[in-house]
Amino acid sequence: MDLGQFILMRHELLLTLVAVVVLIAEIATSEKNKARLIPFSIGLFALVTFIGFIPGETGTIFGGSFQSSQLTIFMKNILNMAVLIIFLQAEGWLRKPENSDKISEYFILTISTLIGMNFMISAGDFLIFYIGLETATIPIAGLAAFDKLKSRSSEAGIKLILSSALSSGILLFGLSLLYGATGSIYFADIAPKITANAMIALGFIFFVSGMGFKISLVPYHFWTADVYEGAPINVTSYLSVVSKGAAVFIFTIVLFTVFRNIVEMWKPLIYTLAVFTMTLANLFALRQDNIKRFLAFSSIAQAGFILLGVIGAGELGMTSVVYFVLVYVFTNLGAFGVVAAIHNASDVETISGYNGLYQTNPKLSLLMTLSLFSLAGIPPVAGFFGKFFLFTAAAGSGYYILVLIAVLNATVSLYYYLKVVRAMFIEKNEQPIAAFRSTNAMRLALIMCVAGIFIIGFAGGIFEYIRSISQLFLN
Amino acid sequence: MNILTLLVVIPILTIVAILFTKDSKGARMAAAIGMGVQLITTAILLFMYLAARKTGDMHEMLFTADIMWFKSLNIHYFIGVDGIAVAMLCLTSIVVFAGIFASWEVEYLSREFFISLILLATGVFGFFISLDLFTMFLFYELAVIPMYLLIGIWGTGAKESSAMKLTLMLMGGSALLMVGIFGIYFNSAPDGGPLTFNIIEISKIQIPVKAQMFFFPFTFVGFGILGALFPFHTWSPDGHASAPTAVSMLHAGVLMKLGGYGCFRVAMFLMPEAATEMAWIFIILTTISVVYGAFGAIWQTDLKYINAYSSVSHCGLVLFALLMMNQTAMDGAIIQMISHGLMTALFFALIGMIYGRTHTRHINEMGGLMKVIPFLAVVYMIAGFASLGLPGLSGFVAEMTVFVGAFQHQDMFHRVVTVIAASSIVITAVYILRVVGKILLGPIIDEHHKHLTDAKWFEKLSTVTLVLAIVAIGIAPLWLSDTIIASLKPIVDKLAMVIPF
Repeated sequence: MDLGQFILMRHELLLTLVAVVVLIAEIATSEKNKARLIPFSIGLFALVTFIGFIPGETGTIFGGSFQSSQLTIFMKNILNMAVLIIFLQAEGWLRKPENSDKISEYFILTISTLIGMNFMISAGDFLIFYIGLETATIPIAGLAAFDKLKSRSSEAGIKLILSSALSSGILLFGLSLLYGATGSIYFADIAPKITANAMIALGFIFFVSGMGFKISLVPYHFWTADVYEGAPINVTSYLSVVSKGAAVFIFTIVLFTVFRNIVEMWKPLIYTLAVFTMTLANLFALRQDNIKRFLAFSSIAQAGFILLGVIGAGELGMTSVVYFVLVYVFTNLGAFGVVAAIHNASDVETISGYNGLYQTNPKLSLLMTLSLFSLAGIPPVAGFFGKFFLFTAAAGSGYYILVLIAVLNATVSLYYYLKVVRAMFIEKNEQPIAAFRSTNAMRLALIMCVAGIFIIGFAGGIFEYIRSISQLFLN
Repeated sequence: MNILTLLVVIPILTIVAILFTKDSKGARMAAAIGMGVQLITTAILLFMYLAARKTGDMHEMLFTADIMWFKSLNIHYFIGVDGIAVAMLCLTSIVVFAGIFASWEVEYLSREFFISLILLATGVFGFFISLDLFTMFLFYELAVIPMYLLIGIWGTGAKESSAMKLTLMLMGGSALLMVGIFGIYFNSAPDGGPLTFNIIEISKIQIPVKAQMFFFPFTFVGFGILGALFPFHTWSPDGHASAPTAVSMLHAGVLMKLGGYGCFRVAMFLMPEAATEMAWIFIILTTISVVYGAFGAIWQTDLKYINAYSSVSHCGLVLFALLMMNQTAMDGAIIQMISHGLMTALFFALIGMIYGRTHTRHINEMGGLMKVIPFLAVVYMIAGFASLGLPGLSGFVAEMTVFVGAFQHQDMFHRVVTVIAASSIVITAVYILRVVGKILLGPIIDEHHKHLTDAKWFEKLSTVTLVLAIVAIGIAPLWLSDTIIASLKPIVDKLAMVIPF
């Protein structure tokens, strides 16, 4: 075969290169110069992120096992950007003395999972899909247990690996049923053979359950809050944004391509999942005081909203899901960035600990408010547009009642988002978190988030671009 | 640049300017200058509008601009105004301008205060110029959310729970509204062709009646919550009572009008069949609003609560008149919106000023204020008389028109509700005169009140602006009424087509 075809895999190959180079650099640096690895790795990764945006060829290789289209490239770029922001946010944390001996590990593990996700998104058959999924999952468990001396962090790692293993098993069982029913693992071969019979239905339900764990839909969400709370904050943000985003992407792709014949069968299932996910996650979020648990439940609720785009099926559904994840990356990383900055400076992790934050750290408070408003879907920030289009997709398929439930849930979510705003702006505090200056890398990351939160909404062109590449992909 | 876009740009520039100020003095100067410019721009808009109409420009909307935003969903930034929108914009400018001066002495986080206040105003201005449902909804939500911080941070009393209650109820309203908007959008091309959010285009087609029947209640109630429709009015008294002065002014004066405006511009204009079919339900609800609000005001002893309930009553009258669906009544509804906007803003401004001096809003703890603060007392009386409908002031014109219009209906149902609603005039007189008698006339109850000082220059500026507007409408109502009636014509015509007379 022509070696030139490997250009289609440039995202994956470049990331692998980065991981290897970081590993070699780790060996080459002396013990006291380890901190230099941080800017080096971030710089290298930024370069790769940038290269990813250069338009390239599309097509399939390995007999259809690996496919690359404008849409998948765009998805990978979204994930790369998200990871870049997370790296920048993690910079201050990695410089802490307790992390000095495992700097390169953080980068290598994160990039490894990212490689897995990229393969997963580009999968053209269930084998690559599954390998990608596992490559993406296992290093995350290592990351979750990164603070190895803290029992909570180790607990998070164990919980993650156990529930991931279980969900992977379920998923794999579903896939084998599908293979049994259709006799193929290639998406292109399976799709026309999918009919609404019992075996395929069973396989499909196992598939959805397995993915439900990864996206943390209710009732598969039980690991989420504990893992989010126990893992270091820069890993939590990765779990909540990149990991979830990638799972949503592949879930949508598979539903819209492989299972397109049985749309009418899976819509009620997604409907039910959406209602439960939004409602229950919101109810749990109301009572949280730990900011990480709070964001965990908020991110579960957001996943419920995403399902409204999924149920919209077709082009508009795909567009709104990708657009929403793009918005969600910047929005949620904005919120996590503030939490990380505060945690680095003062170890505070509770909402009540944020009381009176505006008096001492007005900029961080404003940024947090913007992010929370964007999560709640309040104009003029990007979250409003993201949600509006998701709901448009669902309403376009005639699910008005579902839209009503979703919008009412969005109103409920506003209550708990405002609780944080109230803590920062209204509550009085004798000893608020002292004023501090975050690191330059953190500032850069936060500026990127703010820019994203404002620009993505107003720039109609981004939405139109996603629409056009979704159209190409689905036809 | 289009003069209407300017109305959104000026507040945003003002916000940016405030960001660069150093202290409260600079912030309030920037806010005052910005909103002064805004007032002048609105005045220019008014004259341009009248001039254009005089030369015989018969377009439904003037000064339109249309920019494609999200092409594949056919979302535009589409703006334009008719006489009603121009009138509402003038009202907003006046109230915001007066509001800035009424909050001249805000010291705590004053920059943030003025920024939130003007952000709220931006939403309102944007709402009134929008002719695209998407942008309209965007500005609507933009107007609601700063309220939370404004009440939560600078409010008084049980401010946190009031702020939360108000925000959640209004957002719940916008949830219903969103479903309604989607319903309109996906039924905007029953014969095929591109779907649209454009209000003018949708008004030219007929949305299938079945869809109308389903989505009209969502849209009407969604807007109605903001217009304090019974039984969704409960956010209003608590919210107004806890809010700082300028916010009460803006909220009762302008924001509640968004509800009424949306009710006829979106719900009734686009879904006339359902509107006629279901009017009776909402007429009953609004009649209850009108009477219940008035009775509620009688029982209250807190000045702000009195005025808040009075707002429920008066805003109920707006919706009531709109649902009568004839030219006279709807004309009255618009005038009532403007008249109530001005006079309730004046009330809240005065209550804020009085409270700032006496440190109480309880009517039993005050008395004889006429002797110590004559200026404020006289203005308070003027506001009161406007509210109870004294001829020569704006309230009379509005209520007169509303009830004349309502009485044009010949059938029993409309007659009965009109009579019941009209009884609120008497009840209004009771609570207004009771307050005026208690706190302004009679002997001074509290010794400390003998040393109060009268209005300062900025307070005079704030109140006189509003009084002038009230008197102007009261003495020369016809120019306003003529502008409105001309613009009401397409709406009334559309409704008339389906009303079986």
